[in-house]
Amino acid sequence: MKSFHLPRKFLILLFWTALWQAASAAVGNSILLTGPADVLKTLVSLAVTADFWKTIACSSGKIMLGFFLAFLAGLLLGTAAFRFSVLEDLLAPVISLMKSIPVASFVILALIWIGSDNLCIFISFLVVLPMIYVNTLAGLRSTDPRLLEMADVFQVPFFRRIRFLYLPALLPYLVSGCRVALGMSIKSGVAAEVIGTPAWSIGKQLYLSKTWLDTSSLFAWTLVIIAVSALFERAVLFLLDRVPCGTPYKEEMK
Amino acid sequence: MTLTLDHLQKSYGPLSVLRDCSFTFEDGGIYCLMGPSGSGKTTLFRILMGLEKADAGAVRFDKPSPKISAVFQEDRLCETFSPVENLRFILGKTVPEGEIRRELSSLLPEESLSRPVFTLSGGMKRRTAVCRAMTAPSDLIIMDEPFTGLDSETKKQVVEYIKSRQRGRLLIMSTHQEEDVHLLGGELVRMERLAGEAL
Repeated sequence: MKSFHLPRKFLILLFWTALWQAASAAVGNSILLTGPADVLKTLVSLAVTADFWKTIACSSGKIMLGFFLAFLAGLLLGTAAFRFSVLEDLLAPVISLMKSIPVASFVILALIWIGSDNLCIFISFLVVLPMIYVNTLAGLRSTDPRLLEMADVFQVPFFRRIRFLYLPALLPYLVSGCRVALGMSIKSGVAAEVIGTPAWSIGKQLYLSKTWLDTSSLFAWTLVIIAVSALFERAVLFLLDRVPCGTPYKEEMK
Repeated sequence: MTLTLDHLQKSYGPLSVLRDCSFTFEDGGIYCLMGPSGSGKTTLFRILMGLEKADAGAVRFDKPSPKISAVFQEDRLCETFSPVENLRFILGKTVPEGEIRRELSSLLPEESLSRPVFTLSGGMKRRTAVCRAMTAPSDLIIMDEPFTGLDSETKKQVVEYIKSRQRGRLLIMSTHQEEDVHLLGGELVRMERLAGEAL
């Protein structure tokens, strides 16, 4: 099956790239629509400089830090809210606000509060926190109540219940929450960088591309964001897949 | 361990399920509760297991914090775990795996012991649940229709297993068939009798 899918995917990619090149040639203006060949050339010229890698490391490092802090906070708050309904009620308006306030409003406020250097950590944190919190709460609530009753009757110790009953219920929610939150954290983090333009940031490079009308550079940095996002998602899902949660037959269930 | 029901009452809204139930289950006895569906057997078990509170009356054990093991009306097994892992979940590491396997193979074919429970037949799941209840350390064993889904031969095998593993513990089960009472050599208790009504 794999040998069949790989060439098909490759052919599809080739088709769209060719269409992009044809559209670019038809427009005939690299500022309006640059072609894939020009983008690749720009990307290669960027990749040979140390600044390119430093920019990627600084930007993605900060965004990931914001993501992991929000992941931990969301997990802890979600678990606490599951245990104490008062806390859930207390947090409900804050979480609603965090979900509905536009990122741009947060960015401007955060620029005043903390300046531009750590802006994307804060924004990534704010975007990810409600997603992980809501998914943690939903995951814990999806634990089979009949199995919890069984564990009560047999007096199964607390940590064994967490590992074998709560974690298997929570993980699918966390994984799906992480998939959405990862993309959102990178998109919002980079958007914050475009507004704040901190040094050594992908957002600043996007801003400079706009200023210089350098569409090839804009596309090249966009490709970098996509690659970082995919890499980040794989790394996080790889880690989550290794959480021991007592589902030894997970593979057969897929 | 002796267990006493003292004027136990339970209602769900306007529906009265248990009405003034009083009875004493003697230490080491086997009691088979019989009554039509909806007569309160499962509700009584849930109260005994501490999963529901009675509206009035009391349940008295002659021992503080007694240990209870149970076969629920549904199997309540972890579906992605094997029978061995389901028992391990209850027993922890206190019992060696070899012993768990030996215990399970009294009721289940050897090849099924390491398979995830969701691949087992209904009868196999039921036997795993019975084995779990009998293996867990307890003072009181509660079984809510434990023979559901078992053919007559398998039922006899399970009955023999239960009798051999009871080891002086109080066993209360519900059933719809008088044959089960005879097979187990237990005392028949009709739900009407618990409520003090005429048999």
